Amino acid sequence: MRIDDQLHIDTPEGARLSLSLAGPIPRALAYGLDLALRGLILFLVSIPLMLMGGHGYGAYLVLMFLLEWFYPVFFEMLWQGRTPGKRAMKLAVVHGNGAPLTLNGSLVRNLLRTADLFPIAYLTGFVVMLISPRLQRLGDLAADTVVIHVPPPARARPEPGEGSEAPDWPLSRDDQLVLLAFSERAPGLSRQRQEELARLAFPEQPPAAALEKLRRVARHVLGAPGGGQP
Amino acid sequence: MRQSQFEYRYRPLWERLEVTLKGLEGMGRPPADNLASFAADYQSLCHQLALARERGYSLTLQNDLNDLMLRAHRQLYRHRAPLLPRLAAFFARGFPQAVRRQWRWHLVSTLAFVLSALLVWGLIQHDPELVHTVVGPDQVADLEEMYHPDLRDTGDRDRADDVMMFGYYIYNNIGIAFRTFAGGLLLGVGALLAMLFNGSFFGAAAAHLSLVGASQPFFTFVIAHGAPELTAIMLAGGCGLRLGWSVLAPGSWSRVDALRRAAGECLPVMYGVFVLLVIAAFIEAFWSSRELAPQIKYSVGAACWGLLMLYLFLAGRRHGPE
Repeated sequence: MRIDDQLHIDTPEGARLSLSLAGPIPRALAYGLDLALRGLILFLVSIPLMLMGGHGYGAYLVLMFLLEWFYPVFFEMLWQGRTPGKRAMKLAVVHGNGAPLTLNGSLVRNLLRTADLFPIAYLTGFVVMLISPRLQRLGDLAADTVVIHVPPPARARPEPGEGSEAPDWPLSRDDQLVLLAFSERAPGLSRQRQEELARLAFPEQPPAAALEKLRRVARHVLGAPGGGQP
Repeated sequence: MRQSQFEYRYRPLWERLEVTLKGLEGMGRPPADNLASFAADYQSLCHQLALARERGYSLTLQNDLNDLMLRAHRQLYRHRAPLLPRLAAFFARGFPQAVRRQWRWHLVSTLAFVLSALLVWGLIQHDPELVHTVVGPDQVADLEEMYHPDLRDTGDRDRADDVMMFGYYIYNNIGIAFRTFAGGLLLGVGALLAMLFNGSFFGAAAAHLSLVGASQPFFTFVIAHGAPELTAIMLAGGCGLRLGWSVLAPGSWSRVDALRRAAGECLPVMYGVFVLLVIAAFIEAFWSSRELAPQIKYSVGAACWGLLMLYLFLAGRRHGPE
């Protein structure tokens, strides 16, 4: 069994979809951003409204109500599950089966926010999120929604290079994945670390030669053009 | 097939999907051809992702395909029905039907409100000093100032005040209703407490004002908007209790599934609660504050109650459930 923050969904097409769930910290940051933005909107709009007397004060109260309850619903509908804060943190709300958020889902999760807030500073929501296997707060549980990272953190491209050679051992699927992962991550590693890793693969070679061989084998697995047997 | 050959062969398809998705996600219109082949493209993408995983192509490629598929999945299964006909059907039938489907919960929440109001009313009739155990001294003074014929000033209320009060009723009352609903999720305690507290407060205010001889201004003020407002609060309380009970006693469902079902069934009622409270805020700000003969106020109030009850009890009875 793998323990990670991935949510795997089997779609009707028979393919498996993987979502990476967002934990309390990015969600709290997104909430903080939204809170700040709400405060800013309220402040900016209140200046002209205050000059209008009773009418202005009535409009201010209605705006306060709308911002408190429907700000998340509005943006989650407009931007497919993302409020400005979630957008900045690259998060989105989707339903538990990977389907896009519906109006009902958004309303349930945002109306029940009060229960998550209880007694102070989202304590209930935080505890429920830690217990829940899919990192859901109460509102998410009732609405069957999850908050996910979109897109997942950017990944490196394989380093360019010339020449490849076939491995001199029968290649298993795991070997293949390790070689490909090496070629993709190598640009982010120091030369010394790369040589160290290469020596694990080819202990009989000196570091520089081992690294060169490892790179050539990795390019072979990737199927890079220019040398080697297909 | 090696990974680079695989990528070379299918890259055009992925790029076409990318263009289609950008359009569907709201950044420009996708070409018509792309839309026509969207479902087929999505299916072959599913196939290629499965192949990439099976053949052990690099994680980057697998992840890229997974992301593309996730986005396509979100677009393909997106649900959009026309809004206006659904709204009309909802208010003609859906809302009252949803209320009647869980009438037991609304009855419980109404009883909690009415019984606590009657109890406090009776106690204060017996011992007028008891009002101070329910209502704070400032609030007592506010109530007397608002309704007592000798104390209140009625002359200087104008249209701007009405608008201001409208905003206040929206902010305050709808907030209370939503919080009552959400409070029910905490095993029903929050909703029950809200009903008991509001009932006691209403009972105390009514009893106190009738003792100081201000019952006519009070009742002529509250009777009309009380119909949608009190009804909406009872309905919100009933929904909250239903949520809490679904977690406490889920029956043959798992607790999470029971909660999900309850939330789904309560949501139509909460739509209605919202609309009722907006109507109540209109009546309260622009009608209840008018100085008119008590007979007019009472008959309009009675009409409000009668119409609302007829609507909730009878509307949509001839149609089957949606």
